[in-house]
Amino acid sequence: MNWFSFITATSFMPVPATKESGDVDNLYIFLLVSGLISFIILIGGMVIFIFKYRRKTEDQKSAYITHNTLAEFLWSFIPFVIMMVIFAWGWSVFHDLRRVGEKGDVEVHVTARQWAWTFKYANDIEINSPSDKKLVENDPDSTLLKPEIVVVPVGKTIRFILTSDDVLHSFYVPAFRNKMDAVPGRRTTFTFTPIEKGDFTVFCTEYCGTKHSNMMATIRVVDGEQFAAWQAEKLAASAGASNKGPAERGEALFKGSLGCGGCHSIDGSRIVGPTFKGLYGNKRDFADGSSVTADDAYIKQSILVPTAKIVAGYPPAMSSFQGRIKEDEIKDIIEFIKTLK
Amino acid sequence: MAHEQHNYLNHQKGIWSWLTTLDHKRIGIMYFVAIMSFFFLGGVFALLVRAELFTPGKTLFSADVYNRMMTYHGAIMVFMVIVPGIPAIFGNFVLPIMIGAKDVAFPRLNLMSWYMLMIGAMITGSTLFMQNVDTGWTFYTPYSSIKTGMGVIPMVLGVFIIGFSSILTGLNFIVTTHKLRAPGMTMNRIPLMVWALYSTAILQVLATPVLAITLLLLIAEKALGVGIFDPQLGGDPVLFQHFFWFYSHPAVYIMILPAMGVISELVATYSRKVIFGYTAIAYSSLAIAGVSFLVWGHHMFVSGQSEFAGILFSFITMLVGVPTAIKLFNWISTMYKGSIRLDAPMLFAIGFMFLFTIGGLTGVYLASTGMDVHFHDTYFVVAHFHYVMVGGTLMALMGALIYWFPKVTGKIYSDLLGRIAWVFIFTGFNVTFFPQFILGNMGMPRRYYDYLPTFTELNQMSTFGSWLIGTGFLVGLFGVFHALLKGKEAGNNPFGGKTLEWTIPSPPPHENFDKTPVISGGPYEYR
Repeated sequence: MNWFSFITATSFMPVPATKESGDVDNLYIFLLVSGLISFIILIGGMVIFIFKYRRKTEDQKSAYITHNTLAEFLWSFIPFVIMMVIFAWGWSVFHDLRRVGEKGDVEVHVTARQWAWTFKYANDIEINSPSDKKLVENDPDSTLLKPEIVVVPVGKTIRFILTSDDVLHSFYVPAFRNKMDAVPGRRTTFTFTPIEKGDFTVFCTEYCGTKHSNMMATIRVVDGEQFAAWQAEKLAASAGASNKGPAERGEALFKGSLGCGGCHSIDGSRIVGPTFKGLYGNKRDFADGSSVTADDAYIKQSILVPTAKIVAGYPPAMSSFQGRIKEDEIKDIIEFIKTLK
Repeated sequence: MAHEQHNYLNHQKGIWSWLTTLDHKRIGIMYFVAIMSFFFLGGVFALLVRAELFTPGKTLFSADVYNRMMTYHGAIMVFMVIVPGIPAIFGNFVLPIMIGAKDVAFPRLNLMSWYMLMIGAMITGSTLFMQNVDTGWTFYTPYSSIKTGMGVIPMVLGVFIIGFSSILTGLNFIVTTHKLRAPGMTMNRIPLMVWALYSTAILQVLATPVLAITLLLLIAEKALGVGIFDPQLGGDPVLFQHFFWFYSHPAVYIMILPAMGVISELVATYSRKVIFGYTAIAYSSLAIAGVSFLVWGHHMFVSGQSEFAGILFSFITMLVGVPTAIKLFNWISTMYKGSIRLDAPMLFAIGFMFLFTIGGLTGVYLASTGMDVHFHDTYFVVAHFHYVMVGGTLMALMGALIYWFPKVTGKIYSDLLGRIAWVFIFTGFNVTFFPQFILGNMGMPRRYYDYLPTFTELNQMSTFGSWLIGTGFLVGLFGVFHALLKGKEAGNNPFGGKTLEWTIPSPPPHENFDKTPVISGGPYEYR
């Protein structure tokens, strides 16, 4: 182990997994070492003076020194030079991380919403993360959900094109040393070239409400052949799904691309929104005092204009799915809800 | 005997005489009582937040309750404690005395500022009982404007009013410094505490209105549906961040500059030495105040703003580091060949320099664009700004409290209790916040209710540290009551200070000076 991988390892930085992250770590080491030296000069000087010039007798006099032009020039100029070096170095690293406009070998559209990520490849493969399974299974207090796995090939340039359906989110992969906000109404890019195979965690770093800490995904970096095999398998699975019945297709939408399960349970438990268990055909009470029997029209309205009728005791938190859901898909969802007795 | 003297405390009697007082000293004490109550509340929220994070998963509360506590902790500490803290309490008390004035320029405005803080705090605080807010203290849109409850409106309305309290105090200090200096006290002879308060006041007057406008726009969007920040209404969510940080970055210096003023006083007095580089310290305050207006974009390196904007803001941010470094070098040089006494206030000054150095150096990491992308919105940032703002400001606040306590009350604060409080607070800060740098390195994002099991040990260490800090401040509070009840009589100048407040009796008479002082030299002439 050479001296700088020793420093990054002892500072608990994750293993650098992309081409760019090694450059960030070199800058980090420079910052750490120059910072430690500055700290020792400043605080070391202070501690020496405290001991050397402690007041020993009550009438002890001090020296009368008002200023020293040379010293003051040096301690203004030297920090200035060091900071300009750090600035320029940071700029060059930043430029490599951003690569705005550069097309990737693999392009994935990433949509953030409260509280899930949707990854959509050019060939329509779609991954939704996190899953509905618990990450820590034996702990009843754990709120984290198991991240779904998003596969990319090693050695290629990958470009994620980010946007958000509702509020600000931020796409962060510590092992890649890279992060970018997902902004509603805007597209931003997150470009990287993986050099290490393995699983790397994605976090959301822009506070986005109740389940902010739960917005995780796993990026799995594999070699080119495994990536091709994974894509073929996914395409076959989605072809099979279209032969299923409407309720099964609705279930897939619920758990998958629409991410309903992030806020609505199907087992009667309360998450963020009301549960779907026993919804169909039963009475709903609303915050404004009115009520209605849940039928096809009510469910359709709730999907397209969620703020029209707010169930009593719940916040008006849902955003409209207008434009994100097809007419057939609404029918499939309703069929699925009918099965939840 | 001091207590038989005619002074500002016994000049008038009764609660009503306090609530209608125009005396800057009494107003300072009223600020002290109010802000310490807010500090207690914000501290309780801090301890609860840390307690929740003791284990991954649910420890005590649900995610919603956690998010609210995190929001109130931040909003109370920033808007009601650290921003007004030192200027409103100690600035009010010592600024007029230090320049040889009988009061501030606008005593009625000064009282009104206190009432505005109280009214704003009550409106903001009322949301705790009606509709809790869970946006974080930054109120980022569109979460605050479309995705959460209407409690945001009274919350930011309260902050809006508190902002006016800040503006009026700043205005008052600027005019006071310019117009009410004693004969012979040129701008180059005013104490460094006054320079710091003056620079702060400029920031308060120029930056706070931007916050006020931003919050009004947020209310307009939320209450009336005017599309300003929400993209669904044709607004721009990043615009809010530009507005917000245009105030809130200068606000960081509103928090830290007064603390730097306190440290200059403490280092000079307890080293019994003329301050090194008076002009450099004074003008570096102004330089920090000036440059701090142009650096807000460093909060937005990953927000989607252009790469060029990021680079420009990074460059200007680096420039702030220079005057800050100058101050540290000057304080340390003041100690060189001094006659140093490690009384409790000096310990707090040394603690300030230690914590602020760590906070400042890690600030350079974050100012560097390429590095910031990794650390942005992780626990590294949480650690950094707590080292700067909490370690810096609260260390200075404790130092100032013990240093000026005899002047304010006529009683000496127990040095032993001060030292015990220091040991707990100083150790506690490092145990709490140093592990958070490492959590940031590992990639743990901030504002997380739940975290991966790999982050557990460092979070537990951090929570343990928060108990030490809590204990330290309780000891500090106990010291206040102890000194009021059992403190020794102070005399005019118990610590050998050279600035004007040490030339008058403790507690000072109603109008500070029997005879207007005439100044013929610098403020720290220890020969």
